[in-house]
Amino acid sequence: MGGNHYLPLSDVDRCDMLKEIGVDSIDDLFSDIPQEVRFKRDLDLPPAMSELEAIKHLNYLAAKNKHLNNCTSFMGAGVYDHFIPSVIKHITGRSEFYTSYTPYQPEISQGILQAIFEYQTMICQLTGMDVANASMYDGGTAVAEGAIMGVGATRRSKALVSRSVSPFYRAVLQNYFNSRGLELEEIPLKDGSTDFSKLEAMIDDQVASVVVQQPNFFGLVEDLDGVAEIIHKHKAVMIVSVDPISLPLLKAPADYGADIVVGEGQSLGVPPSFGGPLLGIMSARNKFVRQLPGRIAGETVDSEGNRGFVLTLQTREQHIRREKASSNICSNEALVALAAAVYMASMGPQGMREVAEQCVQKAAYACEKISALDGYDMAFKGQNFKEFAVKVPAKPEQLNKQLLQKSILGGVDVSPFYPEMENTMLFAVTEKRTREEIDTLVRELEGLK
Amino acid sequence: MRKHKALLFEMGRAGRCGYSLPSSDVPEKAVDELLPGNMQRKEQLELPELSEVEVVRHYTELSTRNFGVDTGFYPLGSCTMKYNPKVNEEVAALPGFAFMHPCQPEDTAQGALELYYNMEQSLKELTGMDRFTMQPAAGAHGELTGLMVIQAYHRHRGDQQRNKVLIPVTAHGTNPATVTMAGYEVIQIPADERGNVDLEALKEAVDETTSALMLTNPSTLGLFEEEIMEMAKVVHEAGGLLYYDGANLNAIMGYARPGDMGFDVVHLNIHKTLSTPHGGGGPGSGPVGVKERLAPFLPKPLVDKKDDQFHFNYDLPNSIGKVHSFYGNFGVVIKAYNYVCMMGGAGLKQASTDAVLNANYLASLLQKNYYIPYDRIRKHEFVVSAKPEKKKGAGAGDIAKALLDRGFHPPTVYFPLIVDEALMTEPTDTESKETLDNYARAMEEIARAIEENAEKVAASPYNTVVGRLDEVRAARSPVLRWQKE
Ligand SMILES: Cc1ncc(COP(=O)(O)O)c(C=O)c1O
Repeated sequence: MGGNHYLPLSDVDRCDMLKEIGVDSIDDLFSDIPQEVRFKRDLDLPPAMSELEAIKHLNYLAAKNKHLNNCTSFMGAGVYDHFIPSVIKHITGRSEFYTSYTPYQPEISQGILQAIFEYQTMICQLTGMDVANASMYDGGTAVAEGAIMGVGATRRSKALVSRSVSPFYRAVLQNYFNSRGLELEEIPLKDGSTDFSKLEAMIDDQVASVVVQQPNFFGLVEDLDGVAEIIHKHKAVMIVSVDPISLPLLKAPADYGADIVVGEGQSLGVPPSFGGPLLGIMSARNKFVRQLPGRIAGETVDSEGNRGFVLTLQTREQHIRREKASSNICSNEALVALAAAVYMASMGPQGMREVAEQCVQKAAYACEKISALDGYDMAFKGQNFKEFAVKVPAKPEQLNKQLLQKSILGGVDVSPFYPEMENTMLFAVTEKRTREEIDTLVRELEGLK
Repeated sequence: MRKHKALLFEMGRAGRCGYSLPSSDVPEKAVDELLPGNMQRKEQLELPELSEVEVVRHYTELSTRNFGVDTGFYPLGSCTMKYNPKVNEEVAALPGFAFMHPCQPEDTAQGALELYYNMEQSLKELTGMDRFTMQPAAGAHGELTGLMVIQAYHRHRGDQQRNKVLIPVTAHGTNPATVTMAGYEVIQIPADERGNVDLEALKEAVDETTSALMLTNPSTLGLFEEEIMEMAKVVHEAGGLLYYDGANLNAIMGYARPGDMGFDVVHLNIHKTLSTPHGGGGPGSGPVGVKERLAPFLPKPLVDKKDDQFHFNYDLPNSIGKVHSFYGNFGVVIKAYNYVCMMGGAGLKQASTDAVLNANYLASLLQKNYYIPYDRIRKHEFVVSAKPEKKKGAGAGDIAKALLDRGFHPPTVYFPLIVDEALMTEPTDTESKETLDNYARAMEEIARAIEENAEKVAASPYNTVVGRLDEVRAARSPVLRWQKE
């Protein structure tokens, strides 16, 4: 027997219920479906599995995949192999959280509402922004919606995006802009970073926002001092996409003038899950609060004056404003935001800093060792956070195939996204990598060229 | 005794920590050598400092202040809050799924691709569509993806003037909001006295500027559109396409398929129909299915199979591009896939049968004390109008709060907009007859309490961890984060 144990009604129940309704048969309950659209055969799906059979089948599929727990991973490009403390799954596994809906009834949803309020606070503490929302779908959609906020705030219809922003995010952004009839232009690269000398010439009073990424797609820490001044001179909005795990060491974007800070929050205690569910971070200065998309938890009091939390500023949202809403987002990634909150609460300022420091140190060590190899060179000058691009002496696909034989998931090939960068790989090194693992990678690369 | 719960920031002490990491084993360099000085943070991050046990007790206490499907009956209309099978959580957490990297080579991801492929086959059969993308991360994201695909189709044919999308008054808020996101204009279509879309008004509204009609069927009133074939014809003859909001698919699995009703594009909310948990507001998943002629415009990559090998197909020159950084909410798709495996075709049909039976049964019980407009057979949900109770001094919102005191999650309130004082009730397939009987008794009790003392009901709830919260104040003087005094 398959999943029918999820259906509590018995045949006797069904009979009694039909009687109460006053119809003779189940068919009568579907008599409103016109004959010509009735589905007249049985659904042709694989036969129902018992729980045991389903577990076996899913285990069989999972066993066909390699993963970060049976390989040593140097893959990044937006999704990283950071350590996930055990507490997280125990908290997100509490079914009062994970089986609840969006907290429309605050009096019985104080748990998730307070957790979101705390999450919003910690995101603000990291980015220096005034407000954050309860989450977006992922980094790509957060970038796209951030740019749309810029359009709403300035009533202009064009954005500039640096080519050093993740190509995955730019693809989503491009698509959102195409659909809405908005214009997008790319700021070129110079040595792997945004060529800000071009910005002055590209920006004008038609530009709503400028989108940059810190650290950028190649792991480089860009010099963003002075950029906000150029952008603000034209009354445009500065949007920065961040990796939150870098922020214990890197300047809060508020401190170099960012207006909207977005990003991918997967680094904060979230499993990579083949790229989803992820966590879109969305935060901004107070003056953009009316343009913010999605859910926001806010503090209030109850009838007796006790502190409590509700979803608030809902007049921005689709269920109230319909076609005039700031976005169409409804369900977001609340449980993933909860995971990130538990991560930040567990790590604290100390732990977050230690993770960031180990990333920088280990990435620097790996980078130095690899670029010392014959045939391997740093693709760009500059200083990196936990990821770096390397010119390699063979096809990245080839190298990765051979590394896999040693159970190493190598680097991401960047040439599909940057055709001018042939044979270039992006390596990510997190706090999880040991010196021995890095040395093994270096040794293998040396033997492969 | 009601009492507020301390915030993380009001707990802990400087110097406490809740983590343990191995020390770094690579030769250390000064951070100043590795990162540009002007881009470094100068002060320590301002985050709480807590030990692990404090973190665990904090969140455990928060969880006790939250109500889920596992806690009790959750008839939140349009949200299909059915039971979330435990085994789904276990299989989705297998390291061979949860710890896969999205950029790992395809030949190391064959199990994941096979799962995507199999899921697509099942969704095609369930809906009567020809191709699916799993990229959208929720229903609204699916709507946007679907409209982008429709837009690309029209543009590709040089049909540039189609700038309007028709939406019935009963539509969920995400529908009109999505129309704006896609750069379109909304044209609203009224309902007739049976709760169907007004066919005459639809005929008048369609023209050469119509891009699509977005429709939820059964509608948010829980009613099947009886003239769906005629509606499809009207829209298609004007050159428009039909978009199906699949939020209500739980009513008709195995009974009817959007693909057979003339729909060109559908999205599903698998966090509703296919049993994946809602997580307090996500993650969800909103796969989009299309008919063959729209398939070239779907987001890339699609998953294809060749000689028993599965691969991502990026060779889609007319694709709209990407709507998600990677391939969507894989972790959620796994759970839905496992559910479909366990239910099979007959099981899914039985789920729809029981969802509809439960809704009609509960409506029949509630009708004894409440007014339910549109008196006809319903599908998986129905909408009570508390207009008469409102006149007596306690409206839909108050009844909802009174239900909290009786241990139930209330229905969706004040939606759909065309029913005054709406209580949109969706019992789902996973509830027993006794639960429905108990709920009906609670509703009867509330009806009586309103007769006796409406004011008292209007001051509900009494038994919750906090009393009624002041939402007006929250919006008027927003406090959106904690701040140090
Ligand atoms: C009819 C309908 N359409 C669309 C949506 C939006 O779905 P999601 O929250 O997954 O974006 C909902 C969700 O409540 C709905 O009920």
